[in-house]
Amino acid sequence: MNSSRCAACKHLRRRCPSDCIFSPYFPSNNPRRFAYVHKIYGASNVGKILQDLPVNRRAEAADSLYYEACCRIKDPVYGCVGMISILHQQIYNAQCQLAMIQAEIATLSTPSQSEDQYQFQHAENIAPTFLTHQNGASNSASFYDLSTWLD
Amino acid sequence: MSSPMRYIQTGNSSYQSMASSSSYNSPCAACKFLRRKCMSGCIFAPYFPPEEPHKFANVHKIFGASNVSKLLNDLLPHQREDAVNSLAYEAEARVRDPVYGCVGAISFLQRQVDRLQKELDAANADLIRYASAAAVPQVAPPRQRAMEYNRRAGNIEGNGGVAFYQTPSSDQFSFPYNYHPPWNGYGGGYYNNPHGGDI
Repeated sequence: MNSSRCAACKHLRRRCPSDCIFSPYFPSNNPRRFAYVHKIYGASNVGKILQDLPVNRRAEAADSLYYEACCRIKDPVYGCVGMISILHQQIYNAQCQLAMIQAEIATLSTPSQSEDQYQFQHAENIAPTFLTHQNGASNSASFYDLSTWLD
Repeated sequence: MSSPMRYIQTGNSSYQSMASSSSYNSPCAACKFLRRKCMSGCIFAPYFPPEEPHKFANVHKIFGASNVSKLLNDLLPHQREDAVNSLAYEAEARVRDPVYGCVGAISFLQRQVDRLQKELDAANADLIRYASAAAVPQVAPPRQRAMEYNRRAGNIEGNGGVAFYQTPSSDQFSFPYNYHPPWNGYGGGYYNNPHGGDI
């Protein structure tokens, strides 16, 4: 009987009933998964969240709860909200870069009277302009490496 | 689309006002909800004003008062307001979307980043074509992309070498989700405007 308990019931030191709400989503071979979720949300709250969902949505809910719990354990102040903020910033930066490139393209594609001279002067500056922006390190301090978050 | 950090980072002045409201013995939202006396050193009082009962209600529903208390006690005082606001944000997201919570927003934003990456690649290619057409032989094509979103084992890097999480390590679930928000897109939904204001 003990060997068939799910990770939740093992953690909670209780018998694992046949209709345990946790057992499909917190297998005994991954104790950390339930430990993290329990630490942040508590078993009771997780059970209520899962209970209120249709059975076919519970696996995704358990996964997302685990993901958020991992983020919160790694970053107790901001949790996964920090990641949302970083993504917002990256989107903003990408939009700015796109606007700059599109402006450069519009400049290059605009015909002018002294077109040859204009293009000669401007083309010399094209590569340094956006290379400068892409190499700009001024924002590097505002980002952090998320690849280590869920090691 | 409004970043959640905008409302998280504005907080210190409200900390002072919250501290003063508890000094007048009006119970904080947490103690009102829990139907207990709000003591002078209440951990929740500075961050859960009585005027915002829904904030604590959501946080309590998802995380539980005990877990929030433990989390706040483990933080330095100057970190607590941001922590509470991020917990409130996550709790509200989870209440609105019980299946995905904040993870839905992350998935949506990540797809936006992917889309912008493709647009940048295309724009960069166009720019190279225009630059080449200017016919200055010594102008070398750029060696790097305008934004270096190098895909490295599923991670994406932006300017300054930032990597953000895309695929987790092997013992975890796969990400991102194929997520469809339950409301009508993000145009007028929660993740555009959780606390008012546009991007």
